[in-house]
Amino acid sequence: MERFVVLEGVAAPLDRSKVDTDQILPARFLRRPRKEGYAQFLFRDWRDDPGFVLNRDAFRAARILVADRNFGGGSSREQAPWALADYGIRCVIAADFGDIFYANALKTGVLPVVLEARVCQALRGALHARPGARMRVDLPAQAVTAPDGATYPFAIDPFHKQCLLEGLDDVGITLQHEAAIAAFESRYRQRFGWLFHGNV
Amino acid sequence: MASLVAPQTLYDKLWASHVVHAEDDGTTLLYVDRHLVHEVTSPQAYEGLKLAGRKVWRVDSVVAPADHNTPTTGWERGIAGLEDPTSRLQVETLDANIRAHGARAYFPFLDRNQGIVHVIGPEQGATLPGMTVVCGDSHTSTHGAFACLAHGIGTSEVEHVLATQTLVAKKSRNMLVLVEGALARGVTAKDVALAIIGKVGTAGGTGFAIEYGGSAVRALSMEGRMTLCNMSIEAGARCGMIAVDDRTIEYLRGRPLAPRGELWERAVAHWRTLRSDDGARFDREVRLAAAEIKPQVTWGTSPEMVLPVDARVPDPDREKDPVRREGIERALAYMGLVPNMPLTNIRIDKVFIGSCTNSRIEDLRAAAAIVRGRHVAGSVKLALVVPGSGPVKRQAEKEGLDRVFKDAGFEWREPGCSMCLAMNADRLEPGERSASTSNRNFEGRQGAGGRTHLVSPEMAAAAAVAGHFVDVRQWR
Repeated sequence: MERFVVLEGVAAPLDRSKVDTDQILPARFLRRPRKEGYAQFLFRDWRDDPGFVLNRDAFRAARILVADRNFGGGSSREQAPWALADYGIRCVIAADFGDIFYANALKTGVLPVVLEARVCQALRGALHARPGARMRVDLPAQAVTAPDGATYPFAIDPFHKQCLLEGLDDVGITLQHEAAIAAFESRYRQRFGWLFHGNV
Repeated sequence: MASLVAPQTLYDKLWASHVVHAEDDGTTLLYVDRHLVHEVTSPQAYEGLKLAGRKVWRVDSVVAPADHNTPTTGWERGIAGLEDPTSRLQVETLDANIRAHGARAYFPFLDRNQGIVHVIGPEQGATLPGMTVVCGDSHTSTHGAFACLAHGIGTSEVEHVLATQTLVAKKSRNMLVLVEGALARGVTAKDVALAIIGKVGTAGGTGFAIEYGGSAVRALSMEGRMTLCNMSIEAGARCGMIAVDDRTIEYLRGRPLAPRGELWERAVAHWRTLRSDDGARFDREVRLAAAEIKPQVTWGTSPEMVLPVDARVPDPDREKDPVRREGIERALAYMGLVPNMPLTNIRIDKVFIGSCTNSRIEDLRAAAAIVRGRHVAGSVKLALVVPGSGPVKRQAEKEGLDRVFKDAGFEWREPGCSMCLAMNADRLEPGERSASTSNRNFEGRQGAGGRTHLVSPEMAAAAAVAGHFVDVRQWR
């Protein structure tokens, strides 16, 4: 995973609420090998509309997306955050996120930032007023800086913050607990023997 | 000692029994019992495992089918019937990965017991009460019908579970959905699920684990309970679950992967404890009266945009909240609907009876009972029945349901996910409108530009015959 420390770049306003993962990356592109990249399929079915925010010159190079309520609900496809990352969007700000999308984004190096709905709305208003304006997302300080210089703190749990800051593979971190997993499994097997079929 | 323990919810119990390690901030390593794997979300996970030189931690936890992009026709041609090269590559990659890494059970393309992952898990007894069940698919919540902690995960987490048998997770809050009373004739588990989503919204369950209870839920068959839990994710909740009762245990008895003999007896004794304690505290409670639930039809582009079949398409001018008004206007424009028109006036082009929500034998029986002796309307271009698995298909054929559907003008297909997400050839063309028993009516879900109305199997079957939605309660 690519590290995430401080991100500064063009922010694009996405005014819709309930942007589900079928919109972020339609299912017909899910078969594509990861290495071929998903950038051109991000929001594919909205990209035919010349007025769509990422089709406008000022927002084409967006690194940050400011959305509304309930971003990333629906399918568990991790290809959704992959498409965002491949496009260059490393941070999505929204009032709330689908639980599975939130987890997948963190593993993909895309930072999901929860800010109040009215703050999201104000930020989108500011970005519409000044197309191409830049924002700053500071993970160590856990703060977002708006185009007008106002800052907004955000929460993230320490584990995922550390993973993002260091670009860590969390399988490696978990395997530091290898002995604990094996010990748990052994006790568990004694108690719930019917859940173990024996390796085949 | 038991008296010192505060009353626990079912979710609390399932969580507590799987905690391997917990940090002070609540970040927890949770042990995984059953890992369901399919061809679309696993290739990168296996590749990651290989690149890191890691092995599968517990091979006998893995159960896998190919289901998402397999075709529903042309099986007689063997693997050549899988014409799409990218789909074929994914199916063959799953074959290679299972060959290399192993599994407890594998149901490849063309296998007689192949089917949709959330149909075959319970059908094979691979889903057992008390388990944590994960899969790279959001409808893993289905397995909660068996008092499992079951939810969807992303591909990175698939790799994490393969390598470590655990997930890094934080505990959700508890939500209780109580449905009390008796459902009217023609009202199904699907209608209950849609009514709940209509009430709480698609983000209403975000951050929660849902437990479904109440007399109407207890009265549901296991298949009905699966339909209900399946759509928890459409209410925003990663998982939904139902306590164990006699019906749960009887469903599992004798299933191929269920325990036998003395192990079965020990298992059943434990399973009977898998219910919320009296007095257990829930962070949120939602109540519905079963008698008030009518057959449901979605009219928009989110499962929460749903109304009883006797209602009219919403009028955005009556919505005061500007954001909601704009949402309604956008959805109506996409769906090609006029405000205030009766839902029963909506004419459909295609019908899909299938998906992990509604493709089990009881669903097919219910739909067949509606179409028996009738014919699909001439205006309907395609009516598909896609059974959830090989065993479902064979059972239906044994009962003659395939003939009922075919005589009525339906196509009788091979099992798979099919038109639920249109990764294979079964899809809507731009502007086409479906009555679908699947779970998502998002823009483009069943094909770019396609318009989806979610309904129960009975409602889909009746719409196929009439050519438009009808109130199945008045069907004779």
